[in-house]
Amino acid sequence: MRAIAKQRYILDLVLSSMARRKGKNIALVLVYTFVLFLLASVLFSVESLKREAKLILQDAPEMTVQRLTAGRQDLIPTDFIASISTIRGVQSVEGRLWGYYYDALSGANFTLMVNTALNDKMGEIVIGTGVARRSNTDSGLRTLGKNDIIPFKTADSSVLPLTVKGFLPSTSELVTADLILVSESDFRRIFAIGKDLVTDLVLKVKNGKELGTIAGKITQIHPDTRPIVREDILRTYEAIFDWRGGVTMMVLSGVLFAFVILAWDKATGLSAEEKREIGILKAVGWETSDILLMKFWEGAAISLSAFFLGILLAYCHIFLASSILFAPILKGWSVLYPHFRLTPYINGYQIATLFFLTVIPYTVVTIVPSWRSATIDPDSVMRM
Amino acid sequence: MIHLDNIRKVFNAGKPNEFVAIDAVHLTIDAQRATALKGPSGSGKTTLLSILGCMARPTSGRITLKNREMSSLPERFLTEIRRETFGVIFQQFNLIKGLTPLENVMIPAYPKGENFASLKKRAMELLDMLNLADKAQAKVEWLSGGEAQRTAIARALINNPTIIIADEPTAHLDSRLSLEFMEIMRRLKEEGKTILIASHDPLVYESNVIDRIVEMRDGKLVVHGDGR
Amino acid sequence: MLGLMFFDAHLSRRIDAPGARERREIVKVLALTDLCLVTEARYTRHPSMADLHTPFQEHPLSLEHFPSGSFIAVPPQLPGKSGL
Repeated sequence: MRAIAKQRYILDLVLSSMARRKGKNIALVLVYTFVLFLLASVLFSVESLKREAKLILQDAPEMTVQRLTAGRQDLIPTDFIASISTIRGVQSVEGRLWGYYYDALSGANFTLMVNTALNDKMGEIVIGTGVARRSNTDSGLRTLGKNDIIPFKTADSSVLPLTVKGFLPSTSELVTADLILVSESDFRRIFAIGKDLVTDLVLKVKNGKELGTIAGKITQIHPDTRPIVREDILRTYEAIFDWRGGVTMMVLSGVLFAFVILAWDKATGLSAEEKREIGILKAVGWETSDILLMKFWEGAAISLSAFFLGILLAYCHIFLASSILFAPILKGWSVLYPHFRLTPYINGYQIATLFFLTVIPYTVVTIVPSWRSATIDPDSVMRM
Repeated sequence: MIHLDNIRKVFNAGKPNEFVAIDAVHLTIDAQRATALKGPSGSGKTTLLSILGCMARPTSGRITLKNREMSSLPERFLTEIRRETFGVIFQQFNLIKGLTPLENVMIPAYPKGENFASLKKRAMELLDMLNLADKAQAKVEWLSGGEAQRTAIARALINNPTIIIADEPTAHLDSRLSLEFMEIMRRLKEEGKTILIASHDPLVYESNVIDRIVEMRDGKLVVHGDGR
Repeated sequence: MLGLMFFDAHLSRRIDAPGARERREIVKVLALTDLCLVTEARYTRHPSMADLHTPFQEHPLSLEHFPSGSFIAVPPQLPGKSGL
């Protein structure tokens, strides 16, 4: 009980002390909150995206086979299908036809993909909601509706108008925003790709554990292929926004470093007033440990309030306001981007990481420089 | 009560600005009496007061408090004993700005973690005794010299010390307030406290509250013909 | 307050669950391999399909010129995969 009462007394003194230096302390809290806001925003958005990817890509194709020519991705001849089907363990092999179409008028890149359901519906397309938002018709840029026409420039300089007959669900924007589903013959016309070629192959295997072996066999038969298994896809997204690497990390470290320097600077500058106060406390019977405790609470008060404020703001920023501040960076030069609300995946690990990266260093940095002053000898106070 | 045996205090020992503040001091302070340390500035009275109040350690010599050897005690115990036994009134009052007199008075007791209600009550009683009850919640910056002085006294009393130490308490006070101060000391003495005052103000050392004058000059005790 | 945050997160996940299921379903039906996050360039739109050379598509010394490429890391399986 005494220990608790003591902490409360000290905290009380700290708060009234800090209230007297409002300007400096408010500035400190603001800067600190901002730093935490940035860090937490990055952490939250990245983690949630990672989880989302992991969740929805679970049913991505078990194996995709690409063909490489001179190290670059090339179209795959359809006879590869036959040779690969004969490999033991392969359940089915299908050719996929997909590619990128650059729409000069809107400046957007679409992903054009063949869907067998449309094969007997030539001239029709099903589009993703991002495409609907960002497309062009004769009358200029507006949201596309049913029966609107998108004119496609083909590889042989003609124009193929295709009619929008359906939309992909808006809840799937995260994977389909820029997608246009088209019939096979229309696709081949637009890109002038012969019937004997496809973009890549997707495989179904009987036993998931055999994927590695089968991949090996495929590269044996066709050394110019590159199989990609589902694991690879999932691992890509595991690593893709990994905040522990890349430019993001550099920037974050920079911010953190600058912050520590700021904190050190603020903390080491014990004003004459503060030194005097410490001296008085020593003189009336406070021990060095009591003084350090006081400094600890001072650091903690700023740290903790900034911590909670920063995290809360970050949460609102990422999950309620859809990362407004980061969006420009993420989109880069994309003209078309998905509208989606990121589902929050936050956990204790993130909070703990943030805590150890910020609160602990700050509190330490507040205590250490005060050591000197805290050990002041009461005798010198007499002579003040 | 306090016994000093051949106390010597040197500052900056071994350095070019080495300075012997006090030397060869033998002194016994009696309990429940008021003793004044008299002498010009530079005579070492503040240093002596500091050593008597266990706020500084002597360079050599022994100091005993209530038959307990103080000179070799480790820092932590020393602080605790000092907190319980002595109440110090500084020359500059040394109140913490921005806080109320009430808070200033309670601060020395914070580290003990005492119950808030009883601590506050005791503090208010002290302020009341010194006629400061109505100023308890003001800001110390707004107190007059006399009020600040009395707040400093109240603060010195919060932990119920047996010995009161005051260093040049009347330096910033006019005659009326100085006499008022000595009256408060008289009351405290009557309550059984031991008083130690360092001062070069005749109003203090010639007051009839003082039972004994210890004179200092150039760091040494002045021994008069009659052996005092 | 942190508790409120976690609670909101939990609630949002619940509410969004059918949407997530739908996304997963579409990935399966359409045989999709990537999230449509950045449509700047091939390797940012389909990072899992990209090869090591795609970023250097212009010519061997072409440095990263798409802003988002700076933080989309190279898929970990790329270096050292046989056949490359």
